[in-house]
Amino acid sequence: MDTIKKGLLEKVADLHEIPEGAYNIRDNGGSGGRRTTANIDIVTKTDKPGIDIIIKPGTKNESVHIPVIISQSGLNEIVYNDFYIGEDADVVIVAGCGIHNSGSEASSHSGIHTFHVGKNAKIKYVERHYGEGEGTGENIMNPETVIEIDEGGYMEMETTQIKGIDSTIRKTSASISTSAKLVIKESLMTHGKQFAKTDFTVDLNGENSSANVISRSVAKDESYQEFLSIINGNNKCAGHTECDAIIMDKARVCAIPQINANHIDASLIHEAAIGKIAGEQLIKLMTLGLTEAEAEEQIVTGFLK
Amino acid sequence: MLELINVSFKVKTEDGEKEILKDINLKIEEKFVAITGPNGGGKSTLAKIIAGIYQPTAGQILFDGVDITNMSITERAKLGVSFAFQQPVRFKGLTVGDLITLASGKKISVSEACTFLSEVGLCARDYIDREVNASLSGGELKRIEIAMIMARQTKLSVFDEPEAGIDLWSFNNLIKAFEKMNEKINGSIIIISHQEKILNIADKIAVVANGRLVKYDTKDAVLPELLKNGGASFSCVKL
Repeated sequence: MDTIKKGLLEKVADLHEIPEGAYNIRDNGGSGGRRTTANIDIVTKTDKPGIDIIIKPGTKNESVHIPVIISQSGLNEIVYNDFYIGEDADVVIVAGCGIHNSGSEASSHSGIHTFHVGKNAKIKYVERHYGEGEGTGENIMNPETVIEIDEGGYMEMETTQIKGIDSTIRKTSASISTSAKLVIKESLMTHGKQFAKTDFTVDLNGENSSANVISRSVAKDESYQEFLSIINGNNKCAGHTECDAIIMDKARVCAIPQINANHIDASLIHEAAIGKIAGEQLIKLMTLGLTEAEAEEQIVTGFLK
Repeated sequence: MLELINVSFKVKTEDGEKEILKDINLKIEEKFVAITGPNGGGKSTLAKIIAGIYQPTAGQILFDGVDITNMSITERAKLGVSFAFQQPVRFKGLTVGDLITLASGKKISVSEACTFLSEVGLCARDYIDREVNASLSGGELKRIEIAMIMARQTKLSVFDEPEAGIDLWSFNNLIKAFEKMNEKINGSIIIISHQEKILNIADKIAVVANGRLVKYDTKDAVLPELLKNGGASFSCVKL
């Protein structure tokens, strides 16, 4: 693997070498290596591009890495990955896509991920998107995540778009059963003339189900972000959605949270705040000896951490 | 040493101009100087002029003989001026540990950072990784603000009403912290305060009222008069 690909792997999956546990590396649309374990199977789909990741019931403290790296300009792909997480399993899944585009043609990756989280299973899903490259070709990613959590299950989704993605539409829909819980933490940074749209829909269907959707984003330069978050409370449930955005330069952000209480015992909250960095925050850090630019950098880094 | 020469500060209003500070002449050589006076008298403005947050409309500021009048906040901070806000700022995402580290200007160990927190009466272990966000109370924020100034260890530390919002038990510890800082510091501490206990540990007291410096002398020369008259002679100084 060359240094460009190694760099991408490090950015999207914190990997310096071949990871421990199960993994599948998708490299320019082909296979960059795979390992399965006694509890985690990875099977190539036969009807369309993508893989099935099957985690046996009761699997504990194991991880799956499925990074995608694209260094070929003009590559456009749609990949379907299905995750079957068995009852009582407790695992970490790290996905991510890094594009290095040094050409003039657009490169794009659309990962359609479907999670079937079994009864009382617990998963942490980490997803990172990153783009780079000296070319003029756009880096485009349109991930779609579909989540179904069975009774008592728990899923935490941590999704990060670090930088370099010119255009993205990220769609996530979830359906939550009795006593199950979903936590989504999104952190997003756009710059240049980038566009990013986030679209969450969560259906709280089961009694005592809950969801917490938190998005923090920074829009710089002339970039534009749209944030849509819908929580439907269809039973006795608790839902919270929060969008917090910092705008800088000539950037624009539009946040549209929506909560629908369809049951008398649904308890739903939404919060959305957009604004530039508060002047007093900059002043405080400047009184500690930071320049205005350094203060801005600290505030943005901390905010997205 | 800090010296203010004929410092004035005017702001534009709907009716024209308002003079917030008028011809302030103040030389601070002592280790501990308290500035007191009625609300709205110009104390906080004076502190902000020293820190560089406001630029004076007239006059000159010297710090250790260097003219800092036109220097930015950052330049003054780098020269050794620290400023604790009356109303500390919240930061989503930055932790108490981050701010203490930034304040110290270098990489410091967790135990070093904890020392500063302990000095302001916070159990460091509970706070070091906490975000400086709305989950912290006003009193907690004030103490963190003071710990940051302690971590800076600069030649000049200006505190704007450090006691405001702090409970009584903590207040007594705060006094001890200032006394300790006073012993250790190789420079000056300026505290804007209405509290007798703080004025009592000052070497000198400056009284600012109606934008003017109405009295600047040793504690023994100023404090009894302040207490006796309830400050009436200094335009109803609040104590």
